[in-house]
Amino acid sequence: MSTTHDDPARPDPYGASSRETTEGTVYTVTGGDWDEMVDQTAGDERIVINMGPQHPSTHGVLRLVLELQGEVVTDARLVIGYLHTGIEKNCEYRTWTQGVTFVTRADYLAPIFNETAYCLSTERLLGIEVPERAATIRVLLMEINRIGSHLVALATGGMELGALTGMTNGFREREEVLHLLEFLTGLRMNHAFVRPGGVVQDLPEGYEERIRSFITVMRERLPGFHKLLTGNRIWRQRLEGVGYLPVDGCLALGVTGPILRSAGLAWDLREVDPYLGYEHYDFEVPTETAADSFARYLLRVEEMNQSLRIIEQVLDRLEPGPVMIQDAKIAWPAKLSIGADGMGNSLEHVRQIMGQSMESLIHHFKLVTEGFKVPPGQAYVPIESPRGEMGAHLVSDGGTRPLRVHMRDPSFVNLQSAPAMSEGGMVSDVIAALASLDPVMGGCDR
Amino acid sequence: MGLEEKLPNGIVLASVESLVNWTRKASLWPATFGLACCAIEMMTSGAPRYDLGRFGMEVFRPSPRQADLMIVAGRVTNKMAPVLRQIYDQMAEPRWVLAMGVCASSGGMFNNYAVVQGVDHVVPVDMYLPGCPPRPEMLIDAILKLHQKIQAEPLGPVRAELAAERRAQGEKLELLPSSEKYAKKDRKTGEAKAEHVW
Repeated sequence: MSTTHDDPARPDPYGASSRETTEGTVYTVTGGDWDEMVDQTAGDERIVINMGPQHPSTHGVLRLVLELQGEVVTDARLVIGYLHTGIEKNCEYRTWTQGVTFVTRADYLAPIFNETAYCLSTERLLGIEVPERAATIRVLLMEINRIGSHLVALATGGMELGALTGMTNGFREREEVLHLLEFLTGLRMNHAFVRPGGVVQDLPEGYEERIRSFITVMRERLPGFHKLLTGNRIWRQRLEGVGYLPVDGCLALGVTGPILRSAGLAWDLREVDPYLGYEHYDFEVPTETAADSFARYLLRVEEMNQSLRIIEQVLDRLEPGPVMIQDAKIAWPAKLSIGADGMGNSLEHVRQIMGQSMESLIHHFKLVTEGFKVPPGQAYVPIESPRGEMGAHLVSDGGTRPLRVHMRDPSFVNLQSAPAMSEGGMVSDVIAALASLDPVMGGCDR
Repeated sequence: MGLEEKLPNGIVLASVESLVNWTRKASLWPATFGLACCAIEMMTSGAPRYDLGRFGMEVFRPSPRQADLMIVAGRVTNKMAPVLRQIYDQMAEPRWVLAMGVCASSGGMFNNYAVVQGVDHVVPVDMYLPGCPPRPEMLIDAILKLHQKIQAEPLGPVRAELAAERRAQGEKLELLPSSEKYAKKDRKTGEAKAEHVW
């Protein structure tokens, strides 16, 4: 919100007010009132328009309140919270393992990243390291997920700008990703596959061929985006020089991910602060210097290629071994298997707890209903999601449930750069700038 | 069997009812009401692989005034509920609502302060579709089931007769679209309003 309000007759209703308390100065920032805002502009050349929350081009249920002078945006305000689901609060009433099921639904285009961020923080609190194979599987799934997320970013971005073929192509390619993820984890979205201590089960038989053929297909199809969009004059005119945010602006606003990299700073947590063995993989962190929407589009396409490179290396690195920590106090006691009536606990396990060992039954029951205890403390482990730095700040009081779960979601933080990107530009450029931010409101509002 | 066997070629007999219902069901235009994860699957259903266009409904209308099916795709929060109702009110009759996914149907796993426990608290729902999120095939199946429901919709005198008969027996009128059922009935007695003819 960059407008200067130097007219004393018209104070800025959105400016921060402050009052002195015994704790120090307390600042209050409010979003202001629609009526007040409209009244202010009465008799002016300016008009205030509302966009969303139900609008096909606001990239989800985001609401924009735009103040226009002609077709130039003088003030852009974002209204969020239309998808506030209470995921963080719900987690406080569930065991640490059950929390995975909730956080996976926050940023619904990057479910594996939510799960991994949550699990890495939980594991840091527990003071455990996951087995090598589990870490590698996580990397594999995350990179596959990253491709899917970027494809949706291109697809919906294209749709919002009227490039419908971009949308149909993006979703067609994303189906390949979803089919692969379904084969590997059992679900298309909201997998809850990554659990504290590892992953829920090993990859199915024949995973390698499936993934290799996926890589082949994607290698063939990804250049299609360059053919379709990169040289497209309309696409370039809509995106080039639009949504400009230089590197100092990005840093001041806490922006991460492709937006920061489009401004020239090669900040990728996989590279600068490796986790889950990312230091072993050979990949590049693509950067651009134009700091505009077009640069972000190019970056996303290139990042998909880099993800394919990582997936290939993961396949070569995968060694047989356990996928869940061996500690019986944390690991789920049952192995899952497919029975005649669908997936459930394996028959050997049921036989053991029902017929052979009372202790096993008690242990199973306690772990499933009560969960495991996590030592008191707090942890935050950031990872690089498709949209930027994502992490779960977890606080434990030593019980079987988290005291507080906070998701640091890049969509939320990146969104605050939208006014800086779009003010002073045309109203149609707001759409392009927002699309290049690729916010996911599920992650932003949680 | 009767008269229709004696008809020359090129003449088709139909009742007004089935004709009207057929036109309604065969060009059902959904309004985009994508909210969360289900919205992505809804978009996928319209995209090449699943292609809702095969059923005459690939045009997702951003404007509720040009739409007659609202697919509520995702969790409806308390902040979103008034917006949803307004969009619904802006849609022209006849209109249908499909609650896609468990969150829209019943609140799903989010039983908390933020989420409306089923979109039927806000708008009448004609079809509930479980799943988290439902696969595109499931969405297509739900829409086809809704097509059947629309095709089987009694109109005019038949409708009035049926409604009166069943109401006399104290039954719920499941043949009628719930949108009318709720909008037109007296809130105190539960009876249909006198001035309204089914």
